[in-house]
Amino acid sequence: MYNPTVLDHFKNPRNVGVIEDADGVGEVGNPVCGDMMTFYIKVKNGVIEDVKFQTFGCGAAIAVSSIVSEMAKGKTIEEASKITNKMVAEALEGLPKQKMHCSNLGADALQKAIQDYKMKKLGQAPKAEAKKCYCPVCDLENPMEAEFCTGCGEHLEGEHTH
Amino acid sequence: MAGIYVDHVAGTPLHPKVFEAMLPYFKECFGNPSSIHSAGDCARQAIEEARAKVAKLIGSEAEEVIFTSCGTESNNMALKGIAQAHQSRGKEIIISSIEHFSIMHAANALEKAGFHIIRLPVDRYGMVDPAAVEKAITPQTILVSIMHANPEVGTIEPIAEIGKITRSKNVLFHTDAVDSAGIIPIDVKEMNVDLLTLAASQFYGPQGAGALFIRKGIRIAPLLDGGIQERGLRAGTENVPAIVGMGVAADLAREEMEVRAAHLKKLQQRLIEGLPRKIPYLQFLGHPTQRLPGTVSVAVEYIEGEAMLLFMDMEGIQISSGSACISRSLKVSHVMLSMGVDAATAQGSLLFTFGMQNTEADVDRILEVLPPIVERLRNMSPVYRKAMAKKG
Repeated sequence: MYNPTVLDHFKNPRNVGVIEDADGVGEVGNPVCGDMMTFYIKVKNGVIEDVKFQTFGCGAAIAVSSIVSEMAKGKTIEEASKITNKMVAEALEGLPKQKMHCSNLGADALQKAIQDYKMKKLGQAPKAEAKKCYCPVCDLENPMEAEFCTGCGEHLEGEHTH
Repeated sequence: MAGIYVDHVAGTPLHPKVFEAMLPYFKECFGNPSSIHSAGDCARQAIEEARAKVAKLIGSEAEEVIFTSCGTESNNMALKGIAQAHQSRGKEIIISSIEHFSIMHAANALEKAGFHIIRLPVDRYGMVDPAAVEKAITPQTILVSIMHANPEVGTIEPIAEIGKITRSKNVLFHTDAVDSAGIIPIDVKEMNVDLLTLAASQFYGPQGAGALFIRKGIRIAPLLDGGIQERGLRAGTENVPAIVGMGVAADLAREEMEVRAAHLKKLQQRLIEGLPRKIPYLQFLGHPTQRLPGTVSVAVEYIEGEAMLLFMDMEGIQISSGSACISRSLKVSHVMLSMGVDAATAQGSLLFTFGMQNTEADVDRILEVLPPIVERLRNMSPVYRKAMAKKG
C-alpha cells in the first residue's frame, strides 16, 4: 500500500521527540479526526536548528511528520515557511489518494510552529485559532463543529462539537 | 503467504478436503447445471448434494436454501427482495446500528426508494435489546434484520428471543449469520428466523459461494433477472466448484464444530489474559461471554490502529483494525461508535480473529511482538504524552 520511501520514514522516523524549551510549537488535528501532530522547533539566527515531532496517526501520518522534520531542519524560517503539502507528498514520492490529507497536516503543523515562533519573538500572545478537521474524502479543511463537509457534503464522523 | 494469519474474519483459508472436493468440477464435471445432457446432470447433482449439506448445517430443508455469490448478495436479496415483495403490506424495516455494510447500505438504498428504516441502538457490549425490537415494530413493519454475530467485536445477538417476538407479531425476520454460520450452532427453527445469510469463506470454504435460507412459503423477489436457476430466485449460471466446496465445508464445520470452538476459545482466552499483563491502557470490546470463539477485539489507547497493524505485518503477523485510517472511507467503525466507544479510542482498535491453524505459540508470539510496538508508538504519540501528564 505504501511505497518504500514512505515505509522507510514510517519504520525509522527521523526527529521523533519533544523540545522542552522550544522556540515554537505547532499542534494540528486531533485523535477524533484520526491524526494529530505536534511540531517543536528550535531557532537560532533565523535558522531552524532543531525540529522534533510527536504524531498520533497512521503510517502515512508518521512518515509525513518525519519527512517534514527533515525538510525543515537547517532551513531559514523564510525557507521553511514555503514548505507546502505538495512538496511533502512529492518528497515522499507519493501517497495513496485517501492518505493525501496527512501531507496537509504535516505542513500545517510545521507552519503553525513557525507562526508560534514568530509571535513569541514579536512578544505577542499566540492568537487562539479554531480547531480544524480535514474531510477524508475531498481534503477540504472544515471547522471542528461541522457535521458535514462544507465542500462535498460528506458526513464527518465523530464528535465534532467541542 | 508465510507468517501468522490472525484475520479469519476477513476470510479463512480453504480446508484441504474442500479444495480436493472442488477440483473435479473445474475439469471432469465442468458442465452447466442447466444443460439436460450428462455433463449438466453431473454438475446439477453436485449442487443438490451441496444444498443438502448446507441445509443440514443450519437445520433447514434443502429446498429452503438458495446459492448466491457471497454474503453481500444474500443480504441484499433478503432486504430488497422482501421489501419489493411485501411493500403492499407496509414499508417499514428494522435493522440494528451495527449491521454489515451489505445490510446498512441496502437499507439506505431502500430508504431512498421510500421505505422507512429504523436503526436500533446497541448497548456498550454491542447487544441489541429484544424489548427494543418489540417496541419498534408497528403494523407497517414488514421485516426485521439483525445480525447473528458481529464481526468486529464478536458479540452474539439474542436471535432466538428476537425471533419469538417477530413470529408473534407476524413480521418476517432475517439474520446475517455470515460470521457465525459454521462456527457456532445454528438452527433456523429454534432461532425462529425466516431468512438467514451465510458465506462459505468464513468456514474454510471458498470465496464466491454464499447462501440464503428462505423459509418455505415466503414470497421474495429476485435481485437478478434472467434464467430460472435456483427456483427462479437467483438467475445466472451457478459457480459449481465453489458451491461444491461450500457443501463440503459445511459438512466439516458441522462435524468438527465442538473441537474447533474449543481450540479457538483456548487461543482467545490466552490472548485476553496475556495482553493486559503486558500492555497498560487497554479496552476490550464486545460481550465478555456472549461472543464468538476466536475473536479478540481490543482498543489500545492513545495510539492508532493502522500503524500497529503495519508494524505487526512487518513481524509477519496479519491482523485487522476498525481504525478510520484503515477503512477506505476513512471512517471510524460504526460498530464501535454505536457501542459508545469514543472516536479517539476506536482509532486504536485491533482485531484478532483466530483460525484452526493458529497455535498457542502464535498467541505467545503476538504477546512478544505487540508490546514493544505499542510502546514505540506511544512514545511518539502526543495524545499519550498529554494523558500521562494529566495522570501525573
